Amino acid sequence: MKKIEAIIKPFKLEDVKEALKDIGITGMTVTEVKGFGRQKGHTEIYRGSEYTVDFLPKTKIELAVPDNLVKQAVELIVKTARTGKIGDGKVFVSTLEDAVRIRTDERGDAAV
Amino acid sequence: MNMIRNFIVIAACFVLSAHPGQSAEAPKLPAPSIEQRVGDLEAYMNNAARVTDGKAESKVSGGGPGHSAWMMTSAALVLFMTLPGLALFYGGLVRRKNILSVMAQCLALAGVVSLLWWGCGYSLTFGRGNGWLGGFQHAFLQGVGTDPNPDYAQWVPHSLFMVYQLMFAIITPALTIGAIAERMKFKAIMLFSVLWMFVVYFPAAHWVWGADGWMNGIGNDAAKIKAIDFAGGIVVHMTSGWSALALCIVLGKRLGYGKEPMQPHSMALCMVGTGMLWAGWYGFNAGSAVAADGVAVNAFVTTTLSAAAGCFTWPAIEYCVRGTPSVLGFCSGAVAGLATITPASGFVTPGVAVLIGILAGAATWYACNVIKAKFKYDDSLDTFGVHAVGGTIGTILAGVFATTAANPNLGADRIKGYVGTSLWLEQLKAGAIVLVWSVLATVILAKVVSALCDGLRVGDEVETIGLDLAEHGEEGYHG
Repeated sequence: MKKIEAIIKPFKLEDVKEALKDIGITGMTVTEVKGFGRQKGHTEIYRGSEYTVDFLPKTKIELAVPDNLVKQAVELIVKTARTGKIGDGKVFVSTLEDAVRIRTDERGDAAV
Repeated sequence: MNMIRNFIVIAACFVLSAHPGQSAEAPKLPAPSIEQRVGDLEAYMNNAARVTDGKAESKVSGGGPGHSAWMMTSAALVLFMTLPGLALFYGGLVRRKNILSVMAQCLALAGVVSLLWWGCGYSLTFGRGNGWLGGFQHAFLQGVGTDPNPDYAQWVPHSLFMVYQLMFAIITPALTIGAIAERMKFKAIMLFSVLWMFVVYFPAAHWVWGADGWMNGIGNDAAKIKAIDFAGGIVVHMTSGWSALALCIVLGKRLGYGKEPMQPHSMALCMVGTGMLWAGWYGFNAGSAVAADGVAVNAFVTTTLSAAAGCFTWPAIEYCVRGTPSVLGFCSGAVAGLATITPASGFVTPGVAVLIGILAGAATWYACNVIKAKFKYDDSLDTFGVHAVGGTIGTILAGVFATTAANPNLGADRIKGYVGTSLWLEQLKAGAIVLVWSVLATVILAKVVSALCDGLRVGDEVETIGLDLAEHGEEGYHG
């Protein structure tokens, strides 16, 4: 059981979600986030004042998946979210200790 | 407490003794002839003095309906410029933690200035006194009824003229707060503004607009300086703009100015406010004819053209300099065009208005982008850069381009010798005196208020948290 965190361009969210649904991923958590990587920020000018905005808006997807789906899910996210331009984002994969479905008290793979 | 009680007692006496709409018992005049009756109607249509004045009883009592309807509309439009026009224009430009502080200041000024105006502000400004200040004859609106005051209008009730002018008195100190936004104590702003009205606005407005004002070139034979100011280039924009510069320098920069980002939190609100200012400005400029006549219509047209030219020029410069015409550029240019045409709006032709608008957009762009960067003062929302620069340029250009073709009143004996010749010099003199007066008074008042309020600025912690929460106990946005 792994946790996948993907930071992607906001306009790619819909495509990524649909692709993950197609391989049997049944849930995810989505957050609007801000940050910077190699893309850096942009400049805004208001009258004479110039401001550098370091943080750009991105979308973060978090999902917990059984081990057998991890490779496929990561490949799919990378394929779907890629534009080939700087700022496409990153995917992080980490090991999950456990998961609990609150309604039924199911544990582990059964809970995700 | 005693002082307050005494004030209330005196105020109550005045209120109860005033009888709006009734003039003193006058000797009975003869009934008017048919010619005189027709003459009164023609006078109403042409916005001229009644032919029955002093000769016969007029069958047209009080103000004229058309002129009055336009002036009531104009008064509401000018209030609309402050509430909520300016509140939104300024409110959108501050950071989100300070939007309510700007709105509170606009509302509070609308309240307190109205009461000052009722108490003695109107009287000191528009009552006859000497060249420097009016008298107290209209304190608590005594004698300010529905009969016109021929000093200012033939066909508009005195009380309507009073309430129309009140709206100018409200927006003037409200313009100033743009320069000192996000860091001045609320109580210090209010105390400063009240004192400023007495020391700067009431006197300066009396000098330029009062029936016996010493700079009222178009309305006072005895004026020493023959200045003209149609809707407030000197009275509104120069006083507020130059005071704003002095006050923001005395106050000092915002914490982190030039280091931390201080972007406008909502350009959308700012744009909405700009639209309201532009629309409201028709009441400001066209209403300043104090009649629904040809002069008013011409001012309506010049106001439109100057605003449009300014609105185009500022972002055009941005486009040439950096490639992106900004919404704030459109907004700033429009307001600059409006502020700059203000003193000239009822005195110049439409073609000149286009020229004034272009100059306005370019000059205020230069002031806000180049001069401000060079001298590094923190005029937060550019009250100086837009209103002082625009108002000053407009005041001088009004002197250069004023013509009887736009306003027949410029043909009056007292002023016609200056029109087209040395009027610009009179404008320069009046503007310079008001400028120096505004700056000196502001610096002195700021010292007085600072002593009384234990400093003008909020503490660093409050400034960081934001004035909304710390000074007003509210937040503009939740979640």
